Amino acid sequence: MPSKNVKLMQGNEACVEGALAAGMKFFAGYPITPSTEIAEISAQRLPRVGGKFIQMEDEIAGMAATIGGSLAGLKSMTATSGPGFSLKQENIGYAMLTEIPCVIVDVQRGGPSTGLPTAPSQSDVMQAKWGTHGDHPVIALTPSSIRETYDLTIQAFNFAEKYRTPVFLMLDEIIGHMREKIEIPDPSEIEIFDRVTPDESEKESYKAYDNNLEVPKMAAFGEGFRFHVTGLMHDEFGFPKNDTTVTEVLMSRIMGKIENNLDDIILYDEYYTEDMDLLILSYGGTVRSVLSAAREAQRAGKKVGVFKVKTLWPFPEKRITELSKTVNKILVAEMNLGQYFYEVDRVAGKNCEVSLLGKANGEPITPTEVRNKIEEVL
Amino acid sequence: MSDKKNVSLKTNRAWCKGCGICVAFCPVKILELKKDKIHVTDIEKCIKCGLCELRCPDFAIYLEEEENAQ
Amino acid sequence: MAVASKLIENNFRMNRLPHIWCPGCGHGIIMRGIAEAIENLGYDKQKVCIISGIGCSSRAPGYMDFNTLHTTHGRALAFATGVKLANPELKVIVISGDGDATAIGGNHLIHAARRNIDITTIIFNNNIYGMTGGQYSPTTPHGELGTTAPYGNVDNVFDICRLAEGAGATYVARGTVYHAKQLEKNIENALENKGFSVVEGISICPTYYGRKNRKGNAAEMMINLKDTTLDKKVAAKLPPEKTEGKLIIGEFVNKIQPEFCEEYHKVVDKFTKED
Repeated sequence: MPSKNVKLMQGNEACVEGALAAGMKFFAGYPITPSTEIAEISAQRLPRVGGKFIQMEDEIAGMAATIGGSLAGLKSMTATSGPGFSLKQENIGYAMLTEIPCVIVDVQRGGPSTGLPTAPSQSDVMQAKWGTHGDHPVIALTPSSIRETYDLTIQAFNFAEKYRTPVFLMLDEIIGHMREKIEIPDPSEIEIFDRVTPDESEKESYKAYDNNLEVPKMAAFGEGFRFHVTGLMHDEFGFPKNDTTVTEVLMSRIMGKIENNLDDIILYDEYYTEDMDLLILSYGGTVRSVLSAAREAQRAGKKVGVFKVKTLWPFPEKRITELSKTVNKILVAEMNLGQYFYEVDRVAGKNCEVSLLGKANGEPITPTEVRNKIEEVL
Repeated sequence: MSDKKNVSLKTNRAWCKGCGICVAFCPVKILELKKDKIHVTDIEKCIKCGLCELRCPDFAIYLEEEENAQ
Repeated sequence: MAVASKLIENNFRMNRLPHIWCPGCGHGIIMRGIAEAIENLGYDKQKVCIISGIGCSSRAPGYMDFNTLHTTHGRALAFATGVKLANPELKVIVISGDGDATAIGGNHLIHAARRNIDITTIIFNNNIYGMTGGQYSPTTPHGELGTTAPYGNVDNVFDICRLAEGAGATYVARGTVYHAKQLEKNIENALENKGFSVVEGISICPTYYGRKNRKGNAAEMMINLKDTTLDKKVAAKLPPEKTEGKLIIGEFVNKIQPEFCEEYHKVVDKFTKED
């Protein structure tokens, strides 16, 4: 029996370890609390595995260089927090339209503006969905423990590579800075997905944006394919096309590659949801208080279930709709003043009562606050 | 640069946008615009200096090697 | 039958030409110069990567038959930094404009220069925002007109070459589309410099800048470039009153300094070579 690899680890550290396990070879970023450890640890670890780290002149450049690293063939990541996430949005949109796999970590802090740099929040949830202009596909994952941070970072890289798209990993300051015991899985147990690349025979006919494929094959610069990439609407070869039909086909494919694979992408956990009077929906660091209060409620004979969201976007609409038909009330607990709440209310509101336990003063939502809310709602 | 004897002046009227730069700088004044497109008035006088090619923003006038033309 | 020179056929995506630039726009002259410099140096086109931002100049890579990336406004150098560091084998060239490189992208320009990363930046300077219809840029001379400077530009100009030199670029030169052959030589030297290189190519915009400021047609604007510039070597021999008001062209910096990717790879080698 090989000995177990057990460590005490911070969330930001687990994120880097997960990224390295997934094959990250390139990181470009800019210092920002509370995500800075991700850059620091990447700077330390990457050269040791033949990878590259660069601290750029600003957040915008950090996102741009990350895309550049991916286009040159390396699995790439950047990390930031709210103010930097705002700055990165322009090039995030670029990566979405040009279908560049990469991972963007947002360790959320209190906002708006400079806000509360060292305090937790979950107030970038809607920014992840709508932060950049134009319609675009979004995958955003959010972990609630250190081990989950490790696992979902790997998952974020896998989704990025599989669907040729940027993927958000939404931590909050609680998870980013919390330390917890974590058992690192053996590499043989980890499933890694690498982008599908064209082979030599396709050099003359290569279409970087082949609409016959849900996810076109991706060559790297320098491999002999000499393709063009532009943030303008483009044809299958990547060249600009100011054409409604071309735009429609391209947009429906990039939206479709996510929408047609919801069962693969949408991840969640359920607790006590077989028989409930109240369902609490929550995610990230907040779930920990919710689970604690729900267990206590269960012990007291109250039928309180928990739906833990791991994939924030695409929205787990199907399952939430199903559950909303089995319960009288849904409570959404999140560290903002109601962002995911409105989305839950949109799909569940016609079937049951949906209420919010929201908080945005820089303090986490405590188990006591959840307990009090349970008593109020039930 | 190619041996001047083996090159000849070619134009591509489809790409010419009629800016007149080549006309202005031709040292032997054998270029003109005809219906807003490049036109060589007297190919025999061309000294094959290549200044037109060098400054044509549209790649519409150039010296071509004879072997290539055959 | 051939429709263009061998240089064009060998280095351009023929089915993308003719380009979208206006009649008399100088950008095509610089783009051709870049292609000729690459060809003269015999680079493997599979390993050449041309990256641009947004604006008239930034449409160039779409026509050029290399690995090409048309990015967001001002950000070409930041994308290029990622590409170059990830794969230092690539010969990375950035094509930018005066607004793209020195206004919205000014921060990236000075920091790429500071790092001395091996990227050659060619700035097509036409003194105006052309793509959006003639607004004043950081290189529109004081007092001149733009659609957003209807009473004359009250701003001052950047000297792109001095900016690049001050920020640490190890090759800096300025040329014009009138002096096309010299400009091409500057581009060649820039490409051969192992470090951050900036070539400012003074272009002409007859459609907006020229028309708005009564500079005449394309040919007249070209002649104006001849009349208002002085070669650095010539200027050095002239008394100050003869050089006043003239734009100096030529090579300003050409020196050897440690290059960013090589320096970073020394760090990587410390760990990987021990194994």
